[in-house]
Amino acid sequence: MKRTFALVLALTFVIGIAVFASNAQAADPLGDVKIKKDEPIHIAYWFVVAGPDASLGEDTKRGVEIAVDDKGGKILGHPIKLSGQDTGCNAEGGQAAATKLASDPTIVAAIGSNCSSEAKPGVPILWKAGIATVSPSNTAPYLTDPKRGPEYDGYLRTAHNDKVQGAVAAQFAFKKLGVKKAATIHDGSVYAEQLQAVFAEEFKKLGGTITSQEAVAPTDTDMRPVLTKIATGKPEFIYYPIFIAAAGHITRQVKEVTGLEKTNLMSADGAFSPDFYKAAGETAVGMFHSSPDFSAFAGGYKDFLAKHQKKYGEKPIAPFHAHAYDAATMVFAAIEKVAVKGKDGSLTIGRKALRDALYATKGLKGLTGTLNCDKFGDCADPRIAVYQQTAENIKKLENPQVPFWKPY
Amino acid sequence: MGQRFHGRFSPTDIVMWLIGGGLIFLAIWGAIATLSAGVYSARHWIDFVIFGLAQGSIYALIATGYTMVYGVLRMINFAHSEVFMSGPYTAYFVAAAFYRSGFLDAHPIVSLLFIFIVSMAISTGIAFALERVAYRPLRNAPRLVPLITAIGASFFLQYTFRGLYGSGFQAYPVFKMLEGHWTILGIRILRFQLVVILAAVLLMLALYSFVMRTRIGKAIRAVSEDKEASALMGIDVDKMISMTFVIGGAAAGAAGVLYAVMFKQVHFFMGFIPGIKAFTAAVLGGIGNIPGAMLGGIFLGLMESIGPSLFLDGLGIVAPYQLKDAIAFTMLVLVLIFRPTGILGERLAVKKA
Amino acid sequence: MNGGQSIWKSAVNIGAIGALTTVLLSLIGMVGAFSKRDIIYEIVTMGHTLLLTVGVFLSFLSAKRASQKGLGRVFGATLITGILTSGGVALLVIVGKTINLRMVFVNASPALYQLLIFGFDASFGVPLLLFSGLLCGLFAFLLFIAPPILRRILITGISSVAIAGVLQDLLRPIISIWGPLAGINDVLFAVNGLTLGGGLGMFLIISVVMFFWAHKGNKIKTKISTLPPGRQRMLKTGTWLILAVILIALPQILGLFLSEVITIVGLYVLLGLGLNIVVGFAGLLDLGYVAFFAVGSYIVAILTSPELGFFNMGFWSALPFAVIAGILAGVLLGIPVLKMRGDYLAIATLGFGEIIRILVLSDWLRPWLGGAQGIGKIPNVTISGYVFSTPQQIYYLILAGCLLVGFISWRLRDSRLGRAWMAVREDEDVAQAMGINLVATKLMAFATGAAFSALSGAIFATKIGSVYPHSFNVMISINILCLIIVGGMGSIPGVIVGSAALVGLPELLREFAEYRLLVYGAALVAMMLLRPEGLWPEEKRRRELHKEEEPEAVPADAQGSA
Repeated sequence: MKRTFALVLALTFVIGIAVFASNAQAADPLGDVKIKKDEPIHIAYWFVVAGPDASLGEDTKRGVEIAVDDKGGKILGHPIKLSGQDTGCNAEGGQAAATKLASDPTIVAAIGSNCSSEAKPGVPILWKAGIATVSPSNTAPYLTDPKRGPEYDGYLRTAHNDKVQGAVAAQFAFKKLGVKKAATIHDGSVYAEQLQAVFAEEFKKLGGTITSQEAVAPTDTDMRPVLTKIATGKPEFIYYPIFIAAAGHITRQVKEVTGLEKTNLMSADGAFSPDFYKAAGETAVGMFHSSPDFSAFAGGYKDFLAKHQKKYGEKPIAPFHAHAYDAATMVFAAIEKVAVKGKDGSLTIGRKALRDALYATKGLKGLTGTLNCDKFGDCADPRIAVYQQTAENIKKLENPQVPFWKPY
Repeated sequence: MGQRFHGRFSPTDIVMWLIGGGLIFLAIWGAIATLSAGVYSARHWIDFVIFGLAQGSIYALIATGYTMVYGVLRMINFAHSEVFMSGPYTAYFVAAAFYRSGFLDAHPIVSLLFIFIVSMAISTGIAFALERVAYRPLRNAPRLVPLITAIGASFFLQYTFRGLYGSGFQAYPVFKMLEGHWTILGIRILRFQLVVILAAVLLMLALYSFVMRTRIGKAIRAVSEDKEASALMGIDVDKMISMTFVIGGAAAGAAGVLYAVMFKQVHFFMGFIPGIKAFTAAVLGGIGNIPGAMLGGIFLGLMESIGPSLFLDGLGIVAPYQLKDAIAFTMLVLVLIFRPTGILGERLAVKKA
Repeated sequence: MNGGQSIWKSAVNIGAIGALTTVLLSLIGMVGAFSKRDIIYEIVTMGHTLLLTVGVFLSFLSAKRASQKGLGRVFGATLITGILTSGGVALLVIVGKTINLRMVFVNASPALYQLLIFGFDASFGVPLLLFSGLLCGLFAFLLFIAPPILRRILITGISSVAIAGVLQDLLRPIISIWGPLAGINDVLFAVNGLTLGGGLGMFLIISVVMFFWAHKGNKIKTKISTLPPGRQRMLKTGTWLILAVILIALPQILGLFLSEVITIVGLYVLLGLGLNIVVGFAGLLDLGYVAFFAVGSYIVAILTSPELGFFNMGFWSALPFAVIAGILAGVLLGIPVLKMRGDYLAIATLGFGEIIRILVLSDWLRPWLGGAQGIGKIPNVTISGYVFSTPQQIYYLILAGCLLVGFISWRLRDSRLGRAWMAVREDEDVAQAMGINLVATKLMAFATGAAFSALSGAIFATKIGSVYPHSFNVMISINILCLIIVGGMGSIPGVIVGSAALVGLPELLREFAEYRLLVYGAALVAMMLLRPEGLWPEEKRRRELHKEEEPEAVPADAQGSA
């Protein structure tokens, strides 16, 4: 009995592997996804939707969902099926989620991840399975670095490379505000640590002095001690490109610390969202944020906010929903471009073709600006502007409409 | 009880004392270096102390809940951090409604009082239900089992509240009368910090006298000394254990509002870190010992506020505030090396459950 | 608890719990989110299944409560519980339609209400909802009066179909790699959920198999036990052989994702076996166990990563350093906490874990440890040219690690040292009086546990290819502690069962992202309430825990059969 069992088992393998191997020949070098008539086009997100960073993933997930709604839930007559995996904002979560997506042959394209640490192990796994992914919120430079290696060929993002944004902030501080002494704070995240490092480097290059580079934990609430330490260096400018919770605490508490009452404050797109105005309240009036210049498309964003309110009963809860919306739009547009309709109502989507179409995205008008992908997958509008918060927009819990300063 | 190895010093003792001594030496060296560099003025140090006291008194209030439960059940109530979260998170909606209607600005004290009541009621309710559902059936199980149900309950509550109220942040409205600062004896102190410190001290005094003076308090202490004997003396042990959770929950609810007044943001994950800190405080002071928990909380708050600047700045370590929790925990280990049962020692019956 | 009154009271109480549960499930968004997924395509959604399960389960519970009091009362009790459960939801719909609950509860959307009343108008939907509650009660009643075998078949069949529907996105890719068997997919699954035919077919097959097993199972069992000892031994070795073949072939059968899940479970088995020595054998409550995991990972990363470029070693030459560093860290932690007991120890170790995490994250040590940016480009493991890179390949590495560590801890448990650990666990003072060297015993426990953990960390580092401080937070320690206690403290198979339940299942349910931790929490509480000794307890411990119950249990059984 055992022997028969083992034999059957072995036979199954052999046949299975044979069938698997014979399947491999297809028109697209990475294989095709065939979608029969009425079957859905499967798109998956991998975001952090559980744990302490859940609001980041929830927010981006909503951006994608609204993009699906705006598409009428259909591409080329096929319904869109959206599924998702939790990534937990850590490397192992990203790896597990990516593996799960990679094992599902029906997935056409992916949207994610949220944290750069997830993308590092996750993207190569997806690309091995021929799945291209567009991230709405990874900002770490190495993901689109020319030396990143071929395993990241399937990776694109609508979020800003830290290198661009950190440098703009430094130029703004030095050239526009004319400050000579600045301090930075990061929260130990890959994003913030990198941004402040770029800022500090650029600021020093311009001739400024960095009085101190401090760090807090994203879960810290009492920032007064660390701010007091910063105050001893008497900076004229504090740059803290961190996320909503900690940035809110710093903004509220900085004016309570002796010596920092008149210091200029600046944060980045990680805290450029209605939720931040809730967290910081009126104390945010007068501070600066760097973010893409979407003044030309502000109408679209207003519409988005109205839909968001209607669908979820609240304002966006983190900053990257618009980027997520754009990522989804990009994916939809690319699918429409490359999908081949069969006579029987089926669709064939080549994986390599889809990836190439994504990389060829040019002049796509999104909520965060015009999307143009370069050859390493950086698609965000490179025009970063600086905004100043006014009492009015804080009260309305809206982003300011008109940039305060533009570097270009 | 058996905490000393009889008579002689073993090599491990020497290693232990070396570690402890080394850490103390580093701390003193750092402090001297910082002070002699003269970067910080007296004003800065006073600010550090006030910040630390305000933060510490909130830790202390939460820690009393931990310590009381530990006293009667000998278990770490891991879900206490969620008891702390549930009150102020729910009371936020009351505060927001008051704010929108203008009632908050018109009658700030009445609204604050009402917010306190709502928060304490919710936290108390959750603590009570927690004990009934997750702990009472396990009264005689091995002692790690309730710890696991506590962890499970903690997850469950966190994600239930996340589902109910959403995963984003909510921010308490500003209480205008608590904004700005007072100057007392030439020391500038933020109003709400003073209020938080005073409120915490008052609450702790009330709690302490309740436990020491009232019949229920005495019964609770009796139960924590010896359950069987108290049952024989006619004390309803189950009821007293419930009472302990109720009191601990009320203290956590009150601490939650103070926290919200001071930091404004509420969130489904807000309880986790203060919960761990408060438990550390309880251990630091000597677990099961209410004044110890209070002292431990204040000590921890001060260490987090002053420690990085005082000990690390002088040693030339960059971004010292990133290491503040490391300092707090190192201090904990140091205290426990020299006093294995906390600063004030533990007030537990000799018989271990 | 006697008299008719209390039955109605308990039925009402259970109904109230049902109402509360279903309302809570709706308000936390589970029903809404799950309704997008069908179990049977376009017929049954997961959201409905969830609510119905609650209704049926609780009605069945109140039937059980009333079981002594005659069928009429049982019938009444189930109906009351059923209708109360649905009544809570109905009330939510009515209240929600008049007051905007969304100011507080984000999920209380009009869409949810529409869903709860099956998309009909309120005047028709609410009565329909109440009626469905009655049906739940009725179904529970039928289930209760059905013969046990029929009940078992029904429950198993329906729940297997439900599970297949829930896990559709998991099963489909696995079945699709089975070559000729891949056709099952087309029969079983529709676009979303199972096909009606597939669901029914599956139910039928399971019913038949169960029916057959119920009739013939005992016969087969007795046949096996009456075999001559020689044949029995052969059967045993045969089973072991099959097990070994399955273990070796597993990644090929399971495909990419399940292999990944198994490797993750395997890493936790390694960790769990280590902590099992510290907590389970020696009784030292360690909440900072992740520290050693971090030490193992970081040592491998520092020694091998070309990104830092200090040493550029291979994995195999770095591994001994990682394990030795783990042991040193174990001893280093062990010495200061030697004199602490119980929860002082717990919090001191928790602090130690946090200190390690904060140090690797810090800007201060960034030039050596990578800081917030972590360390990347950790090379894969190679054995004479064979590269372990995919989960299917890493599986073998982890399997080897688990077998080695499992063997060591099994031998240790029965060794002199193992008995010394258990003596310390039971009573430190007595153990010392019996001549056990407390210092050495405890330090050995810490060191052994740390070595296992560091080994797991080393494999983890090469598996992910990069290490970040955020991977080593206190939740990992807590999770490991949970899994060894849920598995059964001190039990080696318990660690495996615990890892599968607490690490494997949440991984499988990754797509239910925001609810999986909620379910995890509830399941932890439920498991501990139902089986405080764990899922696969150590023999000695089970006896200890049930010492008082045993003598009572026997007569109770005897009564039951009489």
